[in-house]
Amino acid sequence: MKIESTQKTFLLAAEGVNKSFSGFKAINNLNFYLDTGELRTVIGPNGAGKTSFLDLITGRTKPDSGTIEFEGNVSIPKLNEYEIYRLGIGRKFQTPTVYTDHTVWENLLLSLEGSRGVWASLFHQPNSTERDRMDEILATINLVSQRHWKAGALAHGQKQWLEIGMLLAQNAKLLLVDEPAAGMTDTETHKTGELLLSLAGKHTIVVIEHDMVFVRQIAAGRKVTVLHQGSVLCEGSVDEVQNDERVLDVYLGRKKRSN
Amino acid sequence: MQRHVSKVELVTASVIALFLVVVFPGLHAAGAVSDFTIKLWGKYLCYGLLAISVDLLWGYTGLLSLGQALFFSLGGYMLGMNLMLMIGEDGQYFKSGNNPSLLPDFMVILGRTELPSFWKPFYNFPFAVAMVVLVPGLLAFLFGFLGFRSRIKGVYFSILTQALTYVAAVFFQNALIMGSNNGFTDFKRILGCDIRASATQRGLYIATALALVLVYAFCRWLTTTKFGLVQRAVRDSETRALFSGYAAANYKLFVFVVASIIGSIGGALYLPQAGILNPTEMMPEKSLEAVVWCAVGGRGTLIGPIIGAIGTNALKSWATRAFPDLWLIILGGLFILIVLFLPKGIFGLLGQARDFFAKRKPEAASATAEPAKP
Repeated sequence: MKIESTQKTFLLAAEGVNKSFSGFKAINNLNFYLDTGELRTVIGPNGAGKTSFLDLITGRTKPDSGTIEFEGNVSIPKLNEYEIYRLGIGRKFQTPTVYTDHTVWENLLLSLEGSRGVWASLFHQPNSTERDRMDEILATINLVSQRHWKAGALAHGQKQWLEIGMLLAQNAKLLLVDEPAAGMTDTETHKTGELLLSLAGKHTIVVIEHDMVFVRQIAAGRKVTVLHQGSVLCEGSVDEVQNDERVLDVYLGRKKRSN
Repeated sequence: MQRHVSKVELVTASVIALFLVVVFPGLHAAGAVSDFTIKLWGKYLCYGLLAISVDLLWGYTGLLSLGQALFFSLGGYMLGMNLMLMIGEDGQYFKSGNNPSLLPDFMVILGRTELPSFWKPFYNFPFAVAMVVLVPGLLAFLFGFLGFRSRIKGVYFSILTQALTYVAAVFFQNALIMGSNNGFTDFKRILGCDIRASATQRGLYIATALALVLVYAFCRWLTTTKFGLVQRAVRDSETRALFSGYAAANYKLFVFVVASIIGSIGGALYLPQAGILNPTEMMPEKSLEAVVWCAVGGRGTLIGPIIGAIGTNALKSWATRAFPDLWLIILGGLFILIVLFLPKGIFGLLGQARDFFAKRKPEAASATAEPAKP
């Protein structure tokens, strides 16, 4: 792993990362490498550190030790939330986090890639390219007829989709998607999976998920990472990790074998 | 964007603006409105500016500033320095021969014989006006820069602004060279015109009404830009705004400076119409009053605070004469009633009524809800 990491530039490379919250080790010597264009699924039991890991990547919390590098040369822990965002790292939160008092259209407008400065915001009017882009996203996330609704009036699943749409508007290099299918119907979940698959390749995506049917849908032929107690337990294809003894141990709560 | 200016609003606002700026002073010139009334309304409109300043922060950005009266007073002090110097030969001590160098009277009492150097540029009216904008703007910038960069928010921001205005009040109370407890009063002339003359008061009223209309138009524009969207995004979910790439601190700083300058302009216009200014105007309760005006009128709108400021002060003018002992109880009761039953204030009643009727006719509502975007 170490040799490989020095030879090749990863989009995201986390090495020896530690983070504790008042004594509880949420992230424990974590090593994680992500190639450009990957769609990586991260699974793990509750409390495995999945969301804490996203918090570290997006600047919500800072690691106690270790390095997190983006594109081989940018040190993430030195930056704050909006600087990290401006590198091209977008995040969808576990519970849908949209601007509830803004319309769907305004939510997208706020997320659209472009300057984030105060002066620019005073005189920014969306041009026709940007309007077309937002129309396109509305069609993709199936909210065309709700564009003037307040986002707070949307159903739970629609809010999830709007937040994914906001990531699309941002046109981020790296999309961090925390439990996109939570609270969705089976049909919605499947559609979400198709949406993520259609984005794979164009963007690098990390998806955190619990729902194994959904994981099988999006991770077919791709790498899955299993987190446990704040570090990587194993990595491999869906079948490999599902049949891994250690994974079965932590998920089924079986006693650790001594070897 | 969502809150485009509709034709109805444009027409209504223009009619009200025309009335305030042209018709009302016209009636005064014709003798139909008394000097007392025009002066009173001039003051109400100044309070309207202060209320907008509070609302731009509280209603639109979620920053409950309890120190806006500080900026209002600072604006007054800056213009007041010019008016004090303009008293000149009309001062009591000059008339009795004890003030050959034409100092403001309070300086003579202090035993000064020469004007402090920082007072000297204030002989120039444009300089004083520039200071009305620059001094509060700079103070707001410094305070905001330090506060917002340290991510001070919510109730901590409120407490700090309250502390700031309190400290400033104590400072001015002890600043002998700024008139200490007595402050500034007994103005005689503004721009060479007799300040008590009917025409001068009318001119001051027109300047105030014009300032209010311009500030309203500016804020209306500001809140419909993308800046306005970010402003409300910061208000509703600051964390999310950070994760949308917006440096929330910069947006807050900008609003804080703009709002403080608006408040300061209100205070500068208030001074010659009220005829007196002293440090009690900076005490925290003055800022709290402005917060009540906002809540009463309807925060998060621009018309609401103006209605609240005029309405509450008109009520105050009447109640302090009719029930002098009960005024504070009336104000408190009003505030409680509004918070309990009209969370969006008086102006919010319109919206509540519209929602009520919209619920009864769901189809009509969806047809009129929003115009289609091109």
